Amino acid sequence: MIELQTLLKELISAPGISGYESGVRPVIEKAWKGITDDLSVSRLGSLHGLQRGTGPEPRPGILVAVHMDAIGLMVNAVLDGFLRVTSVGGIDVRVLPGQMVTVHGRRDLPGMVVPTPARLLPSSAQGGVVPLEYLLVDVGLLPGDVAGLVRPGDTVSFAQPPVETTAETLIGHTLDNRASIAALTHCLEILHSRPHAWDVWSVATAQEEVTLGGGYTSAFQLHPNLAISIDVTFGSSPGSPSHMTFPIGKGPTLIWGPNVHPYLFNTFRNLAEKLEIPFSVEPTPLNSGTDSVAMQVVLEGIPNMVVGIPLRYMHTPVEMIALKDLTRAGRLVAEFIAQLDEDFMDKLSWDD
Amino acid sequence: MMMTPNTIPLQIGDEQVRLLESLSNACAVSGDEGEVRKIVLDQVRQVTDEVKVDALGNVLVTRRGKTGGRLRVMLAAHMDEVGLMITHDEGDGIYRFGTVGGLAPADLPGKTVFVGKEHIPGVIGITPIHLIDGDERKIPISLDNLRLDVGLVTGKAKVGDRATFTTTFSQLGPSLRGKALDNRLGVATLIELVKYDFPDIDLLSAFTVQEEIGLRGARVAAYAFNPDIAIILDSTPAYDMPAWDVDENVRYNTRLGGGPAIYVADSSTLSDPRLVRFLIDTAETHGIPYQIRQPGGGGTDAGAVHKQRAGIPSVSISVPGRYHHSPASIVRLSDWQHTWSLISTALMNITPEVLAAER
Repeated sequence: MIELQTLLKELISAPGISGYESGVRPVIEKAWKGITDDLSVSRLGSLHGLQRGTGPEPRPGILVAVHMDAIGLMVNAVLDGFLRVTSVGGIDVRVLPGQMVTVHGRRDLPGMVVPTPARLLPSSAQGGVVPLEYLLVDVGLLPGDVAGLVRPGDTVSFAQPPVETTAETLIGHTLDNRASIAALTHCLEILHSRPHAWDVWSVATAQEEVTLGGGYTSAFQLHPNLAISIDVTFGSSPGSPSHMTFPIGKGPTLIWGPNVHPYLFNTFRNLAEKLEIPFSVEPTPLNSGTDSVAMQVVLEGIPNMVVGIPLRYMHTPVEMIALKDLTRAGRLVAEFIAQLDEDFMDKLSWDD
Repeated sequence: MMMTPNTIPLQIGDEQVRLLESLSNACAVSGDEGEVRKIVLDQVRQVTDEVKVDALGNVLVTRRGKTGGRLRVMLAAHMDEVGLMITHDEGDGIYRFGTVGGLAPADLPGKTVFVGKEHIPGVIGITPIHLIDGDERKIPISLDNLRLDVGLVTGKAKVGDRATFTTTFSQLGPSLRGKALDNRLGVATLIELVKYDFPDIDLLSAFTVQEEIGLRGARVAAYAFNPDIAIILDSTPAYDMPAWDVDENVRYNTRLGGGPAIYVADSSTLSDPRLVRFLIDTAETHGIPYQIRQPGGGGTDAGAVHKQRAGIPSVSISVPGRYHHSPASIVRLSDWQHTWSLISTALMNITPEVLAAER
């Protein structure tokens, strides 16, 4: 058995901001190597795992996407030993002052995001939130050394170490979406020892946070009959709108909305009820903010399902998940795949 | 005047950095200084029995010299740091809190903290960016809208518990990074001074409490010691970063790499000019780098000490440090080494003559 908490801590400790996923990919390869029949890397850097099905060829295939890229920062100027940065992915600048980071220069440098002191800011920026353009990264080195080690374009990762609690919650950065990689790993482990008719493509996608690039290109290359995204969703937290958030530790969410095929949604819901896996229905009026936004419209169109894992404080370095939600999500997806028979696509219909 | 300048062989090295590390990682919010006090007591009791913990929790250490007519020199370094106190339990591991000392709410979102004596981990989160509109993100988050979340762990964190940042001390090339270096640097320096023999003075060392909430420990410590002079060891802000328009920064307060900062004036103290002059003379005679802290705001325990009893001639020396009162400060090791050289050399050479002239 792969110890999911250990794996997840390793996953969130590896760098890999959008477009630069090579830091985390080997960690996933190591976890999937023994439980997949084949592993390969796409042209954009997504990792493709294959578990061959037992059905006769040509076998139908299902793609399960979990994005592996992280939000982060990128150096855009080096100034008197300090770095100015821009963001990669959506970051609320209010969490940045005082944040520990790793600057991936000619070598990795520990650093810290700091605001320009109020006395050195224009009057227009006094008393409010210090905008990103006036935040700096301090790596503690002398200016000449910084100039030799860091260039514009170098990536910057959050360095908040993982924090475990006694209530089996885990806190850290990039649990969006490395938590879902752990959930999919649990799913693959179940399917590895369980017969399944379909081919299963496990895909750790690149660039979801910025371009959905991995979702578009891997779905095209692998051309599955069905696709599933597992991604984190908004966990209930103090001050967040209750109608758009879901409790952590109370099971995954099943997304209902235009990115999801209703037949797949109903199949998932019936299965979760039958297996007594707790879940919430997550109404999603517009796009789901997941790889399924892309995968749904690849080629001639692919029926999609989205499974959410509630996570508090999304896109901050102190995201929080409940570990049992990962195993529940992984098990539910595994059970769904295991019950897919050769005729499933014929049954897929619109309830019009 | 100095007759025969003495020098001190001890330098700040690995052992002192390890001591600073343990002090920096310890949690000691104003009013709850126990973790640092324990380290201080363990250290100073190795060299003297004249150690007292007073009514407020100050650690007062007396080391008497050997010669006659000795100057009574008080040194003070505050042990406390800014932090939080839990004020209300909202259930399910969610708590409200107040700040202790000059801690800006803007430094809190997205940080992990340790709560209480057991160091229970918690976070201060914010609503995801996806669920907040752009204009709202330009408004600072008020303390009222922040909560401490210990991740579904119930019954462990309690109302009244203090909390501090979880930052782990580290060395970054020529720099040191850690929480509460304001003023664990002063505490570490003073611990080393207590271990040293200064034959011509009585060294009266106060490891003070509650500096960050009104210089309260130093006030009673100075009364108890009744010294001839006082020197405060602290860490003062360095604002030596690029200004927004990359114009010349003339409001730096102090600069990293510039050596110990000598105070002339801050918001609560006009340093005794005789002591300022003595420190400058000592630095220049011994070739020790130093800088004058830009006169202006801020302050140290000197604000309480110099007005105690009938008045105590006082001055402050600080290691310059960036980002104090945030999750971590960054300081330069060389500045600490030069601070050590200046204060130890000064104590080796100071005589009652320093007060011979009227102020």
